[in-house]
Amino acid sequence: MANGKLKQILTDGAWRQNTGLVVLLGLCPLLAVTNTVVNGLALGLATMLTLMVSNLSVSLMRGFLRPEIRIPAFVLIIASVVTVIELLMHAFFYDLYRVLGIFIPLIVTNCAIIGRAEAFASRNKPLPSLIDGFATGLGFCITLVLLGTLRELSGRGTLFSGAEMLLGEWGRAITLTMIPEHPGFLLAMLPPGAFFGLALLIATRKAWESRKTGKQQRAASVMVADEGPAR
Amino acid sequence: MNDQTLFSIFFSAMVVNNFTLAMFLGLCPFMGVSARVETALRMGLANIFVLVLTSLSAWFLNTFVLEKVPFLRIISFIIVVASLVQIVEMVVKKISPVLFRQLGIFLPLMTTNCAIFGLAIFQTNRGYGFLQGIVFAVGAGLGLTLALVLMASIRESVEFSDVPAIAKGTGLVLIIAGTLSLAFMGFAGLL
Repeated sequence: MANGKLKQILTDGAWRQNTGLVVLLGLCPLLAVTNTVVNGLALGLATMLTLMVSNLSVSLMRGFLRPEIRIPAFVLIIASVVTVIELLMHAFFYDLYRVLGIFIPLIVTNCAIIGRAEAFASRNKPLPSLIDGFATGLGFCITLVLLGTLRELSGRGTLFSGAEMLLGEWGRAITLTMIPEHPGFLLAMLPPGAFFGLALLIATRKAWESRKTGKQQRAASVMVADEGPAR
Repeated sequence: MNDQTLFSIFFSAMVVNNFTLAMFLGLCPFMGVSARVETALRMGLANIFVLVLTSLSAWFLNTFVLEKVPFLRIISFIIVVASLVQIVEMVVKKISPVLFRQLGIFLPLMTTNCAIFGLAIFQTNRGYGFLQGIVFAVGAGLGLTLALVLMASIRESVEFSDVPAIAKGTGLVLIIAGTLSLAFMGFAGLL
């Protein structure tokens, strides 16, 4: 596979078509579990794994599936993958399983997963599909971690609290207290904080993108003025 | 078997633990079809219908099937939800083609509406009985409708306001949602 295409899949999935910030799919888990970084990261990783496995399976089956039944088939594949992940988390990460609760089975209804199965995996070879799943999952994971950081930092003044649930006992050591004696900002931890936080992230991304395109346009117009038609 | 009273289940699902504003379930239609009050109301009603049917089916599955094969829970629920949505889609298309067009993609997307799937899972986890399940579904559905209609009314009245370019669209919707959610926090601890 050409390097350029690989890079394009990665940047599309992780940034340009970021599920959380641009396409706005999978908002429910995005807002619900991001009260701490660790919760966000854990669900992000679980979603990424689901995306990779479901993309790979859909891509492997794309030759046999009749178009009429493809959507139910995708849903069944995703549901099986999520069942496996739920059982695994129940066995090995019981505390996280309890904290994330209903949002683990709800990975099934994350529209981003079936969206990628339909839009990418059902038309591409297994390897690119796997990479696309990874990139989309990564983009989702990054958004979850960003929002988690924002909310945990402003809400409690700590980072990575509860890391022992993901990493085992030594995880306790990496909990960082960024703002000592933080009085606690309840609004950021409660549901409204999630909405405001995501609004802030989306607006920031928009401001950044519009600045970039503004610069490009200005550069292009300068080029046009200097050397005639550009490109 | 859970021994909560029917009223507390109903009130909790509708207001205190509002599915959309406190539990973050069903956000896609909340963002997507909340531009007009009328559409929002109808979407809410369609949701109530599907929620009640889902609750019935989930109760049936839990009582007669899933006791023996608990690991099939996610798969069987998603199949039930998908087929119910298919039925509702056909009914709506037949009865009101206009509504069918207005709801557009969000009607089939109800399959991936976490509120509906979440209701089935909640009902199972909390061990609601038959009647409790139905009351829970109606309460949750009314809560969703309430949130949708509130959102749509606010969006209609700020439609032509002058907001900064970067906050236009999604940003503004999220800020309104945050404000609504803040208001609903006032109900916390009531039950």
